Amino acid sequence: MPKDNGIGASTKRREDVRFLTGTGNYTDDINLYGQAYVHFLRSDVAHGRINGIDTAAAEAMPGVLRIFTGADFEALGGLPCGWQVTDRFGQPMKEPKHPVLAHGKVRHVGDPICAVVAETLDQARDAAEAIVLDIEELPAVVDMRKALEEGATLVHDDLTDNLCYDWGFVEENKEAVDEAIRNAAHVTTLELINNRLVPNPMEPRVAVGDFNAASGDSTLYTTSQNPHVIRLLMGAFVLGIPEHKLRVVAPDVGGGFGSKIYHYAEEALCTFAAKALRRPVKWTSTRSEAFMSDAHARDHVTKIELALDADHKFTAVRTSTLANMGAYLSTFAPSIPTWLHGTLMAGNYTTPLVYCNVRAVFTNTVPVDAYRGAGRPEATYQLERVIDKAARELGVDPIEIRRKNFVTEFPYQTPVAVEYDSGDFHRLMDKLEARADFAGFAARREESKKKGLLRGLGINCFIEACGIAPSNLVGQLGARAGLYESATVRVNATGGLVVMTGSHSHGQGHETVFPQVIAEMTGLDANMIEISHGDTANTPMGMGTYGSRSIAVGGSAMVRATEKIINKMKKIAAHLMEAAESDIELRDGTFSVAGTDKSVAWGDVTLAAYVPHNYPLEDIEPGLEETAFYDPANFTYPAGAYACEVEVDPETGRVTIARFTTADDFGNVMNPMIVDGQVHGGLAQGIGQALLENASYDENGQLLSASYMDYAMPRADDVPFFSVDHSNGTPCTHNPLGVKGCGEAGAIGSTPTVVNAVVDALQSGGYKVDHVDMPVTPSRVWAAMQG
Amino acid sequence: MYGFEIERPTSVADAVAALGADEAQALGGGQTLIPTLKQRLAMPSKLVALSGIAELRYVRREGDVLKIGGGTTHGTVAREAAGNFPGLAALAAKIGDPAVRNRGTIGGSLANNDPSACYPAAALACGATIVTNSREIAADDYFQGMFTTALEEGEIVTEVRFPIPEKAAYTKFEQPASRFALVGVFVAKYADGVRVAVTGASNDGVFRWSAAEEALSGSFSADAVAGLAAPDGSDMISDLHGSGAYRAHLVGVMTKRAVVAAG
Repeated sequence: MPKDNGIGASTKRREDVRFLTGTGNYTDDINLYGQAYVHFLRSDVAHGRINGIDTAAAEAMPGVLRIFTGADFEALGGLPCGWQVTDRFGQPMKEPKHPVLAHGKVRHVGDPICAVVAETLDQARDAAEAIVLDIEELPAVVDMRKALEEGATLVHDDLTDNLCYDWGFVEENKEAVDEAIRNAAHVTTLELINNRLVPNPMEPRVAVGDFNAASGDSTLYTTSQNPHVIRLLMGAFVLGIPEHKLRVVAPDVGGGFGSKIYHYAEEALCTFAAKALRRPVKWTSTRSEAFMSDAHARDHVTKIELALDADHKFTAVRTSTLANMGAYLSTFAPSIPTWLHGTLMAGNYTTPLVYCNVRAVFTNTVPVDAYRGAGRPEATYQLERVIDKAARELGVDPIEIRRKNFVTEFPYQTPVAVEYDSGDFHRLMDKLEARADFAGFAARREESKKKGLLRGLGINCFIEACGIAPSNLVGQLGARAGLYESATVRVNATGGLVVMTGSHSHGQGHETVFPQVIAEMTGLDANMIEISHGDTANTPMGMGTYGSRSIAVGGSAMVRATEKIINKMKKIAAHLMEAAESDIELRDGTFSVAGTDKSVAWGDVTLAAYVPHNYPLEDIEPGLEETAFYDPANFTYPAGAYACEVEVDPETGRVTIARFTTADDFGNVMNPMIVDGQVHGGLAQGIGQALLENASYDENGQLLSASYMDYAMPRADDVPFFSVDHSNGTPCTHNPLGVKGCGEAGAIGSTPTVVNAVVDALQSGGYKVDHVDMPVTPSRVWAAMQG
Repeated sequence: MYGFEIERPTSVADAVAALGADEAQALGGGQTLIPTLKQRLAMPSKLVALSGIAELRYVRREGDVLKIGGGTTHGTVAREAAGNFPGLAALAAKIGDPAVRNRGTIGGSLANNDPSACYPAAALACGATIVTNSREIAADDYFQGMFTTALEEGEIVTEVRFPIPEKAAYTKFEQPASRFALVGVFVAKYADGVRVAVTGASNDGVFRWSAAEEALSGSFSADAVAGLAAPDGSDMISDLHGSGAYRAHLVGVMTKRAVVAAG
């Protein structure tokens, strides 16, 4: 039995007390003495040439301190891209400059043109209205296919076309894949769209820049998932501030889902303006601004072909995808449709040959980057949809065709670079079959029929590469960063323990779960353990939170640093008890000599470390603080099998999710309650993408769904009570806790499950519908039913 | 939001006087106006808040008519009309969310005449009378297209009189994002016939579906509607959430369901 607060306990989230009682400290709660406010004047056209910006009248407005334009940043760097993809022909991707403020051209609706800093926000807004812009509107490039046509308008005039890269993976296998498809007994083809999403964290982005004239230090408070990364990107590439003169603080952050990984223009502007004006400068995004300035997500147009032999074994997969980059390359944008996407195209299956072609395209839209799942939902969606379609075409059971192709031996080297270390896909499917009550489906379908509704059942299996990532591997793939994590563990004289972790918590529950791990290792009570994160001033380095990596990478660093602490404390305890170090055991917070009744309490050892009167000073230093950097040996590979039952109203096309059952393998689970919550949240977001959410642009590049009046977020009544299970996972073989990560699974596994169920429902009603693009809205379902 | 003055009169007479000022605008529950102001899409010099006028807040039955004060919130209508006019109470109970229902008013909704609002369907289907500070306007004359009504500048909706029908129901197919009516249909059966009003669907705002009224006046049953051709889709709103043809189709489905719900 796990201890109340150790590994495996469903300890309640300690951070929720402050979140639920309004005592959290979010970036917008930070107000500094003498603070000024910035309002961004943004482009209202998707594409245009800036012929002139007249700020004279605006500068004379009351309260205005300064109006910044692109010219102010000409000598500085642009926003950098953190990943360089190499194309099929060995050439680097095209990497156009991403200015902090638009210079020469505006390239999407929402592109910031001027930053007006004033004493009050209203004064800044008033002044922005007095700026006279002379912008010559140009034709907007919105549709990716048209963007690649000969003679298309160029988003970036210094490029020859709108193609960022043409990537092939595995390029050496291309001919073999073509041949396998030519020779296949059956080929199933599916064309689909992975719809563009707006991330919509509850807390919009905020930035407060500050400058200390005495020390010359800059500080940025920002809504970030990775403050150290922002410090590096903004300091080194945009503003030229060395890291020791720049502090970045990300306090409580109200959700990110990926959208707060990236370095944004507003952060650089606030930091720059604070130094220029010697005043703190604050920006708080409105929800409307968030829609047109937070990096968007997904937006792929894909054709996938699955080749099968006569025995229904998968022999090859070939895909062709257009991936929207938007107007500029966001921080990790190029990696999402490539290395986080192509490497998952084998799925849970033994498909020997895969070729994945991705053309990334510049358009006059908001930049697109990672969002919960990031490339892996796109991979899973197309693969699991095409498998479902193949099963229907061949008249075979969708579970049986999957089982027939499952990888069963681990480690398994896929044909797409990654090596799965552990897993048991049959066991996941066994659990799903038992828990989802497939036997009762026919009766439930009859019940639905009596209500005039069509009931459908959708199945899905998925695998993801998480615990991102081995630095040497991602370096070969084009990452311009290492993806280790660091942790410093400090034990104070009075025995309390603080972990300074580079993993940022913005909803995940690190402040609860990380102490559980330490409690398990030390026997300390959880209230002796504090987690500190989000401040570059007190944590050596942090690559941050994304890619389901916190416990797998950040947690591993914490374990390593704690092991160092324990080892040092054993040395001290051995000295205090005049025993051999190898005989010292730590149990329930007490050090004892094995086989004797001699012991010293945790607090006696910590006190000795800081009051070293009786201390082996010749062997070890006083103090108890240890740092570890952990770089994973491999990705982790969470996997799952999901089932969804939907009811479709054939009169209106409305889809209701009736049941949703999951079987996940997250390896070892630290806190089952929190993992349940992570799965619930991921499922809600996946269901949101499948049924509701759509960032839709018109042909002029205007975002039609630019507010909650038109952008449909999932609400409580859009989702059912989920039945989730993640028991008895197969532990990860290469990290100390055997953990795989759980943050993205729900969002990755749910979209094909839902759409497979909708297609099943429609076909059960006699409708010849083999695909409906997401979001599967009532009007789309109705239109599909009309044929 | 731009700066503005605000007055909080406590009587209709004072409110009317205050609205005489240049670029003054009445503020009901503010469910449309406040977001508009926050986005700086309107710049009234003065807002005249109607929320302090006690004489505008009531729900009472007089004979076969339910009278509702123009300043009555949806939440109040949902509670207090439930006994006398359950179909109307049910409509009010499903407008927006609790926060909206506790601020938004019937007068504000009818004055705004959003093409996707629920109340216009009830008012038109019931042949309600919209009473203002200066006159009485029949619903058939009141609604004049999207966001357009017979109200004059400075005129305040003080009361809405609903003839209580024998049977009535409102069915709404929600737009997935806003949850306004993508198509909403109010069916009201009176001794002298049936009236059917449709909101959410048309470019001309709320309208009566006369073919359905005729059919249902002959036989108040779902079957009577089932055979009808959908209204002309070419006049229907076509947007992200559905084509005109889809909305036209939904008009038939929602009408049928309203008839079933009315019993």
